[in-house]
Amino acid sequence: MSHSADQVTVARPSPRTVAPAPARRPKRKGRRWLTITLFLLPALVLFGVLVLLPMLLAMYTSFFDWNGLGGRPTDFIGLENFQRLLTDDIFLGDLRRGGLLIVLSLLIQLPLSLGIAMLLNQKLRGRAFYRLLFFVPYVLSEVITGVLFTMVFSPNRGLAEHIFGWFGFDDVGSTWLSDPNTVMYSLFFVMTWKYFGFHMILYLAGRQSIPNELIEAAQVDGAGNWQAFRHVTLPLLGPTIRISIFLAVIGTIQLFDLVWVLTGGGPLHASETLAVTMFNDGFRRSDIGYASATSIVMLLISLVFALGYQRFIMRRDIEGAITVMQEKR
Amino acid sequence: MSGRQGVAARARGLVLHGVVFVIAAVIIVPIAFGVLGGFKDNGQLSNNPFGLPSPWVTSNYTDILVAEEFWRPLFNSTLIAVATTVVVVGVSAAAAYVFARFAFRGREFLFMLFTIGLMFPFAVAILPLFILLRTIGLLNNPLGVILPQAAFGLPVTIIILRSFFRTIPGEVEEAAILDGCTPFGFFWRVLLPMARPAIATVSVLAIVASWNNFMLPLVVFNDPSWWTVPIGVRQFQGQYSDDTAKVLAYVVLAMAPALGFYAIAERQLIGGLATGATKG
Repeated sequence: MSHSADQVTVARPSPRTVAPAPARRPKRKGRRWLTITLFLLPALVLFGVLVLLPMLLAMYTSFFDWNGLGGRPTDFIGLENFQRLLTDDIFLGDLRRGGLLIVLSLLIQLPLSLGIAMLLNQKLRGRAFYRLLFFVPYVLSEVITGVLFTMVFSPNRGLAEHIFGWFGFDDVGSTWLSDPNTVMYSLFFVMTWKYFGFHMILYLAGRQSIPNELIEAAQVDGAGNWQAFRHVTLPLLGPTIRISIFLAVIGTIQLFDLVWVLTGGGPLHASETLAVTMFNDGFRRSDIGYASATSIVMLLISLVFALGYQRFIMRRDIEGAITVMQEKR
Repeated sequence: MSGRQGVAARARGLVLHGVVFVIAAVIIVPIAFGVLGGFKDNGQLSNNPFGLPSPWVTSNYTDILVAEEFWRPLFNSTLIAVATTVVVVGVSAAAAYVFARFAFRGREFLFMLFTIGLMFPFAVAILPLFILLRTIGLLNNPLGVILPQAAFGLPVTIIILRSFFRTIPGEVEEAAILDGCTPFGFFWRVLLPMARPAIATVSVLAIVASWNNFMLPLVVFNDPSWWTVPIGVRQFQGQYSDDTAKVLAYVVLAMAPALGFYAIAERQLIGGLATGATKG
């Protein structure tokens, strides 16, 4: 390939399993188990105590009414917290708003990232510079991005106000984050600004693993640019696109930092997400049991989505990979 | 005929450039607004939002550069990022070595346990983690951030390192053992040096994740002397909410280390993210 120097390599080592060391004298067997235990123990302890235990505690706590005092929860109330969630407008709104952000991401953010990746895959002066630049927002932390954009959208001395003023919309410029009708779209704009570069990088890496000959062959056969993209590039990008959708959905379900800094979930809960609701209930109102129930719902949504998606959608990629290998041969 | 195609190609090139240029502007304008805004006073920000500052006010930046409330979080974030990385890479490398090169009963189950950990949202753990850390007295203690961050970094680090360790041929290990290497000797003197590129990748990912982490330090550190950069930025914004220019200057200065790190470690960062995504 001509541009292998700046190629993003997706290392995929061959899944070669190393044969277990041939059976030695039994004396060695004890030492082998000692090695395994000693090497594995730190990871297991760290993971067990600080990842698995908190997950289990969250589940346990979600069955209690607890204000966080007195060491451990004692007031068992069964599924009451979950019943309360079902009639809680804020929680139901969280689900709706999360759904909206996911739909917007799939319909706008990801196609945009794909388009830009395809653009930057062409011969274009300054291509390397643009790639670097478009990834910059992803490198900035959510908090820094959030604070910067509260300034951009600020009603006094904000940038957005002036930009819209130019185009004659004098009255819409200042309420982007304070109007319940626009706040979600402002949030989505900032999300896109921050994350499109990441998806672009994924698509570029995926595109570069497709042999150019395949696309050229299609063009020799008379396919136009669009047809070649639609019928060759796009299907071959399938696995990358499915991963990018997966990451976008999972990221949106867990969205916290950006919202917390930009709006705090306001105005009037209009931009609240599951994580923000959970954080408010848990740390501000000390309603730990109820907050745990919210977090367990978030966990369940993530797990059901992740497992279902891998089972029914990503599974095709194994078959896809085989067809590609056969084509290459 | 060919001339017409030439015109068409040039027109197409122009459109492509136009599109890319507009996107670049959308990225740059907010950042430039921050950088230039830091050189203005608040009057200039209102009256002259787009132009260059006149006069250039340097006091916003210089005031911050001599303030402890800027350097302290920077130091804390660095310390916590480095410590997290050392812990997560060290612990993961040992586990990945066993997962990659030993066959034993229960291996697949244990490995699957870590892979499922990839799907746990950190937000689910935050309340129990807070109570746990409060109980064992790790609030307002950097270990209260370092250890949970390392624990949540284990899955992706182990997965990447394990798949790299598997690519190293078995002959290398046999040769080392014939030379009298113990398993630990092989791990320490042969495997780790050979895995330097993979170690670099996972380290960069761990550093960035730690540097940007917000939720955990937010609940663990009440004491301002332990605040990290994201908490510091947030706090500064609250404290000087009337002084937009000053906040912009602080945000810009707080951005600089991450951008500098990106400039140095661009390859590992981008390569690592692509690998991490496809492995996950």
